[in-house]
Amino acid sequence: MTLIDFTSILPLIFLVGWASVLLLLDIFLTRKVEGLTAILAGVGLVTTLAIAGTNFGISTSAFNGMIKADGFSSYLQILFTGSGLVGIALAYGYLKRMGIDRGEYYPLLLYSICGMILLAQAADLIVVFLALELLSIPLYVLAGFARPDPASEEAALKYFLLGAFAGGFVVYGVALSFGATGTTSLTGIVAGVASGSADIGLLLVGSGLILIGLGFKVALVPFHMWTPDVYHGAPTPVTAFMAVGAKAAGFAALLRIFLAALPVLAGDLVPVFWILSALTMFAGNLIAIVQENIKRMLAYSSIAHAGYIMMAMVVFGQELITSDAVASSLFYLLTYAVTNFGAWSVVIALEGAEGQGLKLEDYKGLGKKYPLFAAAMLVFMLSFIGVPPTLGFMGKFYLFRTVLEGGFVWLAVIGVLTSLLSAYYYLRVVVNMYMHEGDPEIYRDRLIQLVSVVGAAAVVLLSIFSTPLFRWVSRAVLKMF
Amino acid sequence: MTFFSNPLNLVTLFPLVGVLVILFFKQEQKKEIRWTALIVSLITFGISIWVLTLFDSGDPDLQLVINLPWIEIASWTISYQMGVDGLSILLVLLTAFLTPISLLSTWTAVEERVKDFMIFFLLLEVGMMGVFLAQDLFLFYVFWEFTLVPMYFLIGIWGGPQRMYAAVKFFLYTMAGSVLMLLAILWLGIYQGSFSVPDLTILGGIPAQVQLWLFLAFGAAFAIKVPMWPLHSWLPDAHVEAPTAGSVILAGVLLKMGTYGFLRFNIPLFPQAAVKLAPWMALLSVIGILYGAAVSYYQRDVKKLVAYSSVSHLGFVMLGLFALNQQGIQGGILQMINHGISTGALFLLVGIIYERRHTREMDDFGGLWKVMPVYGALTLVVTLSSMGLPGLNGFAGEFPILLGAFGSEAIGSSWYAGFATLGVILAAVYLLYMFQKLFLGPLDKDENKAVKDLTVRELITIVPLVILIFWIGLYPKPFFTLMAPAVEKLLTVIQAASLALY
Repeated sequence: MTLIDFTSILPLIFLVGWASVLLLLDIFLTRKVEGLTAILAGVGLVTTLAIAGTNFGISTSAFNGMIKADGFSSYLQILFTGSGLVGIALAYGYLKRMGIDRGEYYPLLLYSICGMILLAQAADLIVVFLALELLSIPLYVLAGFARPDPASEEAALKYFLLGAFAGGFVVYGVALSFGATGTTSLTGIVAGVASGSADIGLLLVGSGLILIGLGFKVALVPFHMWTPDVYHGAPTPVTAFMAVGAKAAGFAALLRIFLAALPVLAGDLVPVFWILSALTMFAGNLIAIVQENIKRMLAYSSIAHAGYIMMAMVVFGQELITSDAVASSLFYLLTYAVTNFGAWSVVIALEGAEGQGLKLEDYKGLGKKYPLFAAAMLVFMLSFIGVPPTLGFMGKFYLFRTVLEGGFVWLAVIGVLTSLLSAYYYLRVVVNMYMHEGDPEIYRDRLIQLVSVVGAAAVVLLSIFSTPLFRWVSRAVLKMF
Repeated sequence: MTFFSNPLNLVTLFPLVGVLVILFFKQEQKKEIRWTALIVSLITFGISIWVLTLFDSGDPDLQLVINLPWIEIASWTISYQMGVDGLSILLVLLTAFLTPISLLSTWTAVEERVKDFMIFFLLLEVGMMGVFLAQDLFLFYVFWEFTLVPMYFLIGIWGGPQRMYAAVKFFLYTMAGSVLMLLAILWLGIYQGSFSVPDLTILGGIPAQVQLWLFLAFGAAFAIKVPMWPLHSWLPDAHVEAPTAGSVILAGVLLKMGTYGFLRFNIPLFPQAAVKLAPWMALLSVIGILYGAAVSYYQRDVKKLVAYSSVSHLGFVMLGLFALNQQGIQGGILQMINHGISTGALFLLVGIIYERRHTREMDDFGGLWKVMPVYGALTLVVTLSSMGLPGLNGFAGEFPILLGAFGSEAIGSSWYAGFATLGVILAAVYLLYMFQKLFLGPLDKDENKAVKDLTVRELITIVPLVILIFWIGLYPKPFFTLMAPAVEKLLTVIQAASLALY
């Protein structure tokens, strides 16, 4: 192990260590100082963020090509640790309020982020699988964190079973790819394909299985069935974290494996991606319309947004715009993360004991009684729809640009028409908040207020002054290929 | 010129100052909030007059241009580009003029959530100004979509019993068109490499077949907004449910965003497609004129009648624009202003009687002239102007439109103009019928006997409009002078395209 090996995974090493220490500390300390575990977890994440930030711009490969450290991984690491911080902010008051304030929440969250960080750096299929499991297993536990609430337990079990199933697909896919090329390293696969020694047919089957496995993780239709139940049953801060972190991690793997390593399969896989994307956008948005529970609605909305990001993957194989495809996906993930956390923070603010306050009709009158929360939620809904001036619009703008550049006009048309469909259910929230009378109750929680207000301000302001973000994203994909 | 000293930026962004001030008031301080909004909108109107004084009516090009780099997306640089020319100057003035009038009309009509109302209204003004001034497609789209949100709330919160349905319908209909436009804008960015409208106009060179598709994509957004038959069905709902001030702005300005869109984008950017499709556009316009008129005649609700009459009147505007000659386009532009004034005034008048009687059914009225002579006289002038009586503004717009349509090479047949003329007669029928039901006949309903005539505040809202009705009707020349060079310039683009085609 050389120094390069060590520095390239420094964020991961640090966070794993910190989480493990935290797990031990938690046993001795929490009873003495209130909230210490949460604060320490936050400190750990901020430090990881700083390390990942200083790593930005380097581009190396380590551990004999199993790990890559580049702009892509740094960008995602910053996104993941940032999500972790918001995940802590959302959970702190909530866990107490719901009587599930157990210290292991925070170490588990950190472990899951470790998995994501590793996944962003994985340049070998074995590492991909390892990272996938590392990020998923803590999430299974977190989904059931509200035990003995049966809904939460059901969510955990469902998530675990389907997650294990998906993991199986990935492993089998890895095995077949290994059979086809004699290596699990992504660079090795590229080389094998280039030299003609690889069995392309077998590689196609293998990568197809990997696609299915990751499709479960990012909730593409028709692999989305678990999403509404798990999102609904899991404690809301966990759902918020899952919807952003796990999805972004899944896409990180998809982008790295398919766009960067397997352009040779484009001819066969582009139609598959096309259909998956169209189906996901359509079904996700359509089913969301009939939901009465906001958690389920946002679950379907998260499915639909996976479909949008999937659109960018359709252009893969076209060398000139591959970097645009990756950049627009990364940018969309960021806009989605900010909007999504904002929306979930409002949901958490309204959620009462035993699942009260989660119906759409519980939002009636919010605009009159809590104008600030309602205005924030309005901004998030508009950003989800893609109405300017919001980040959601900028994200869609870049995505659709990529799709049109790739020449997929009809997919773009499906994309915009399904976002029209989505306007209907996002507006239902707005209609309830502003146009109906009601007396909603929110739970005062400074951290959550902070997340919603800062989130809403960010969604608007960062869209008007988005040049630095776009520059950052283009730098992230600069040395990826 | 720096960002904030540019008069066009000022006229667009100044209402935001009002929004900021109002945010600091409490919900209960209704009086202060109303006055703040009114004063801010009056200052905005003042700035628009300043813009007019700076405007050189002899210059066909964009003036007072501000052009700054704004957003960089990968290889694209999107610019913040604003400018005004003869095609938009009148619409800017109209917007700035109608906003304070609308605000004044809400003085007693809006009592609920005044703070939110005024904030949304001022935001709406920002959006509308931006739409007329933006010269970059991206910037234009941002403003265009942005107007949706405040209008959606104005209808949805302060509207009638079916307001939520109408608001959502309004939002979805408009968005359906604009998302297609977004794709077309992206196409232009990718293959033409620019979002700047003047640059794109000079660049040209889009293949005729592609122009057709792009025309249709842009046209979808604008045709829904105008609204052209058969995409009009959101309009009656939105109008009937909207509060009076919302209806005035909706009819007065928002619909013009559609016709203006055709004028500013569809015709100069895709001139070959415009020439090719002119007969079809004329056909839809004429159907709209006749259909709108026929349906208006069968309405028993005054507000619905005025709403459907908009479909008919906007048909004239579209017919004029797609005559693609000087008279037609000039008449079309003037008719946009006329419709804003006349129909705006009609909605105000309907709002006034509704506030007194809480009904808009024609059968509930009759003989109002005896109790409200001033109201009656003003309504008569506005009604006559709306049906195009010579000497009033409607005629000054409709006449050149019909003249242009008769002689139009692009439309290719005088039948369209012939049928459109029929629409003028039908307008007289339904409007006079309405006037008769309301004001003439015996005053036989007890509720109507105690109705008060106009207050001073209401007079202040109507009289400026009536003055303009006479001014444009008797002496329209200054208005035509303002737009003539820009129209002339547009015509050279069209002629080049017709030459390339035939």
